[in-house]
Amino acid sequence: MDNTQLLLALSTALFAIGLAGVVIRRNLLVMLMCMELMLNGVVLSLVTLSQQAASTTGAVLVFLVFVVAAAEIAIAVPIVLLLARRKRTLDMDAFTDLKG
Amino acid sequence: MQQALLWFFVLASLAGGLLMLVLRHPMRVALALISTMVSLAAIYAILGVHVIAVFQVLIYVGAVMVFMVYAIMLLDVRDPSFTHRYSGYLLPGLAGAVVLVVAFVRGLAGSTPAVMGAGVGTTFDVQPFSVAFLNDYWLYFELTSVLLLAAVVAAIAILKARRRGNG
Repeated sequence: MDNTQLLLALSTALFAIGLAGVVIRRNLLVMLMCMELMLNGVVLSLVTLSQQAASTTGAVLVFLVFVVAAAEIAIAVPIVLLLARRKRTLDMDAFTDLKG
Repeated sequence: MQQALLWFFVLASLAGGLLMLVLRHPMRVALALISTMVSLAAIYAILGVHVIAVFQVLIYVGAVMVFMVYAIMLLDVRDPSFTHRYSGYLLPGLAGAVVLVVAFVRGLAGSTPAVMGAGVGTTFDVQPFSVAFLNDYWLYFELTSVLLLAAVVAAIAILKARRRGNG
């Protein structure tokens, strides 16, 4: 297994761990952090392949993804704070209002 | 030497990710995520992609995770999700993740390794990056600043909504 395959496998593993974390954990903030882990895994594959292709475009794209991630977290954390203030808990089971 | 370091940081980032699934306190989960991100930055540095390694530390560890740690400090985390870590989807979730990894890694191991330009480091120095960034992709640079402005406005709007809701 050469380095590219190793890093792509690591990227899949991080994505799967993050996905499992979003599904199995109950704490809202932990779920948010697991989503960040998924994004990090995907960025790792992007960096690996753009380094293989020696393309500057890939580096620029990674930078833009970082900025979008920062913007996303700037929105997501206030929303979590808002939800937590409303229900006085971070437990996912409290947020079942939309369930039919 | 470089190969050993690469394996070390690959294993460290995997361990940090796995710890995120088991640790109970959100602050510890945040620290595990930070260690994973720093290991990924080290991997990028080993690959020769120094610009991205610096951005990974500055933006992810420096901005995103500090924000997350502040949010954890603001909230009372000792609620039902603290005593019961896992939802009812524990087994299906883990099974799905394992199936995903096994399927992908099997496909990956069966494929022939792609041999391309073996990572020319020069395109990833700061100067070529910034020249390409501000010459060819200036429009996207401007668009990200608009996006960040929109995010700031939205965050303020959310905080205002909370104040209205409480008062």
